[in-house]
Amino acid sequence: MLTLVIRRLLWAVPLLVIVSLLAFVLLGLTPGDPARSILGPQATEAQLEAVRLSLGLDQPWYVQYWNWLTAALSGDLGTSMSSKTPVLAQLNSRLPVTLSLVVGATLVSSVLGIALGTYSAVRGGALGRFTDALSMLGFAIPNYWLGLVLVALFSVRLSWFPATGYVAFADSPSRWLLSIALPVITLAVGGITMIAKNTRDAMADVLTRDFIDVLRSEGWSESRIIYRHALRNAAIPVVTAIGIFFIGVLGGTVLVETVFAMPGLGGLAVGSTERHDIPVLLGVTLYFCIGVVIVNLLVDVAYGLLNPKARQS
Amino acid sequence: MTTHTSVLAVPHPAKPRSAFVAALMKPVPVIAAIVLAVIVIAVLGAGVWAPYDPLANDLANSLAGPSAEHWLGTDQLGRDVLSRLLYGGRPDLGAALLVACTALVVGVPLGMVAGYRGGRIDQFLMRIVDIGLALPSMVIVLLVLAVFGNQVIMGYLALGLLLVPPLIRIIRANAIAIRSELFIDAARVAGFSDTRIVFRHILPRLVGSVLVQASLIASMGLIFVSGLAYLGFGVSAPDPSWGTLIAEGAQITRQNPALLLAAGGVLGVTVLCLGLLGDTIRDASVARWARTPSRPSRIRRRRSPGDAAGAAPESSSLLSVRELSVEYGSVEQGQTVVDGVSFEIAAGEIVGLVGESGCGKSTLARAVLGLLRGGGVSGGAVSFEGVELTTATVGELRELRGTSFAFVSQEPLVALDPTQRIGTTLTDAVRLHTGSGRREARARARELLARVRFPDPERVLRLYPHEISGGMAQRIAIARALAGSPKLLIADEPTTALDVTVQAEVLDLLRELRASEGLSILIVTHDWGVVSDLCDRAVVMYAGQVVEQSATDALFHRPAHPYTAGLLASNPSGVAGGATRLPSIPGTIPLPSEWSTGCRFQSRCPLAVEVCGQGPVPLVQSPDGGTSRCLRVDQVERDIWSRDLVRGGAR
Repeated sequence: MLTLVIRRLLWAVPLLVIVSLLAFVLLGLTPGDPARSILGPQATEAQLEAVRLSLGLDQPWYVQYWNWLTAALSGDLGTSMSSKTPVLAQLNSRLPVTLSLVVGATLVSSVLGIALGTYSAVRGGALGRFTDALSMLGFAIPNYWLGLVLVALFSVRLSWFPATGYVAFADSPSRWLLSIALPVITLAVGGITMIAKNTRDAMADVLTRDFIDVLRSEGWSESRIIYRHALRNAAIPVVTAIGIFFIGVLGGTVLVETVFAMPGLGGLAVGSTERHDIPVLLGVTLYFCIGVVIVNLLVDVAYGLLNPKARQS
Repeated sequence: MTTHTSVLAVPHPAKPRSAFVAALMKPVPVIAAIVLAVIVIAVLGAGVWAPYDPLANDLANSLAGPSAEHWLGTDQLGRDVLSRLLYGGRPDLGAALLVACTALVVGVPLGMVAGYRGGRIDQFLMRIVDIGLALPSMVIVLLVLAVFGNQVIMGYLALGLLLVPPLIRIIRANAIAIRSELFIDAARVAGFSDTRIVFRHILPRLVGSVLVQASLIASMGLIFVSGLAYLGFGVSAPDPSWGTLIAEGAQITRQNPALLLAAGGVLGVTVLCLGLLGDTIRDASVARWARTPSRPSRIRRRRSPGDAAGAAPESSSLLSVRELSVEYGSVEQGQTVVDGVSFEIAAGEIVGLVGESGCGKSTLARAVLGLLRGGGVSGGAVSFEGVELTTATVGELRELRGTSFAFVSQEPLVALDPTQRIGTTLTDAVRLHTGSGRREARARARELLARVRFPDPERVLRLYPHEISGGMAQRIAIARALAGSPKLLIADEPTTALDVTVQAEVLDLLRELRASEGLSILIVTHDWGVVSDLCDRAVVMYAGQVVEQSATDALFHRPAHPYTAGLLASNPSGVAGGATRLPSIPGTIPLPSEWSTGCRFQSRCPLAVEVCGQGPVPLVQSPDGGTSRCLRVDQVERDIWSRDLVRGGAR
């Protein structure tokens, strides 16, 4: 188990290196003046000079990268080109917002998705087809559009929730909950249906296995067979789906934080793209990648806990 | 009898292409294809059908609701919403197409190379894929846009590349599956070049999965591209695109919600249709290449008929099966697979249920246990110590299971929950049946393992199913079945999956358990060795019916049905010597849909005469005191199959 964790962590190193390298390689490959390419044709010479200076564009890209990397390893992710504040501080102040949304959406969709999927696998028939249809629908509805519709309906029409903005948990837990409710639902809808479909398929498969029949022949109740045995055996593909969903939701925050004007990392990424603030964007990318690494690690640990065979190999 | 309408999906030799087309020609995909075509044509021909110029302002008429002139109303600047929607599809669909093409052009060849070549290239590519799968696509695309000063086409290309890793994975898996098939080996042996094999044999079979992935990637690309446009990375201000229209629509939901709903709706419907088509192509290509179509998965469970309870007369035997019939398929279109079977088992008796695979013996055993899948008892009765099982409620059955009768299945290793230690499985069983505490149950589990001859029960209790052998697993399964001290053990081919030496051990164990605990055993087998070794009596089944039932000695000495004689003759352990080659029964066991109204064995029988086909053959007394379903029972001899008989009546 421990070797598994260590292997995963080692695997994270090339990922983080490649991702951070990407921006510098792209800058290095850009023909002509990279500063011009970033700022567009209307930029003034002073603006161009500022970009060159902050990114160190006068040096070759690998030197730039090396400088960035050594600084990053000592906890310095550079300075924002637009606000002139340290990138790290900016990221950390916005992290709780994004974490609230992503963790909330993952929890909501896991609980509801597994419940719906299990129920439809056991009941089958019309409910099963309903879950299939729902998962198609969940895939087809763009989440930012859903967010806009929810705002129009529940915030503007009915005034049940604030339309935009974020309240910190420390300030007021109840208002925090209200402020993240709609964005979490928006992000979770696709996950509920995806996880429900995965649970349903995995459960349907497990329920045809011999050991389920043997348990029945032993005289166990159907509910114990389902919860104690079938669900646990079906859990591995479901955990995989939850991991994939989490990675998707990280990207989803970019749009959903914009829709709900949430001061999180996703919204920061959009603003930084408009302002061509590459140091900040690089920082957001790095944070997201670290999030992916952590989730993949948790998924692996979950595999080990769920499957005794995986624990040993 | 029409075999092709049978609900028991019989592998029919349909031509692949027609199965493929048939799977595509269902209402849902046809509707999805039509809707998608309508949307694409409407968008492409926007210049022809759009009622207004999408950029023409009409401030006097701003924010109008739907009307005859403006079907979907107007926006803040009085522009026609419908026209903007039609024109707005162009950038989104175009970008989605670009994204999909980028991904496919890069991903499909790489996936095929990884899957077909394997080795180093494969390892290297899979490393890259692993990293690629962990990239947060949306943020990477934003990074690319920032570096390239919002040249949005670079973002689309980056998006296409980010969708490559999952594509490589799927194409690779498919290529590996196809490569490992025999005909590819044959082509290689025949000396065809790799290129020829890839293009002639592998690529055509990948078309289905490539199309599925193409539809998936196009729909994901569409959602992504419209999202970028919504964020402002796409066409610039006055020009419409679905993403920017959603943003504009959100501003005016109070005055004219039609824009938000219509823009999101058309986007969602397009994605939905692409997804539905992808699903259909996947199902269709599975249907096209599958060797044997899978069984219909959804089958209605039927209630046991009301006459069952009254049918069973009082009997002194432990288990009594009377005229039991089992059907598979739907209630209206049922297919009988077990047909009027009767037999009894007395206390302490070991009975073998014998026949070729497909004769219904395992189904019969499962029907007795109440474990039928996709089928149901359609007639007759099963009583255990006078309690009728076919009409018992689930609760009543649970009371009896494990404590009155227990089950040992064919594949011992898959009979155990792979996530639980042997100890948990065994102590759970003990606690369920005896209600004892945890520690007592553990002690009893140790005893049970010692009972099935494990020298070190404590060690075995700590093992997981993947750490034990088949022989160990089968002894554990027997220990588990003994946990509730049942009176009857129903074992479905308990030795088939085991080595010969382990087989003997298990049979020895069963014999000993009968002697020490007075256990009755119903053992399903096709192995005469097991019957002669263990059973007091044998019930021989053919095509869903009992064809002979007799004491083991009598059966071996003088079979009373030509089928029994044939099975004995073709069984190596039954040959006493002298025969130079094993005779075997010509032909195969008929499918339930092909059962004749007369004797079901006549087409393979050396003794068959005309009268055999004329009506149902009843069970009659055989000379040695058993029963036989043969009209010529007096002519049956053990060696009828090795004699050169003129096969009258055979096909």
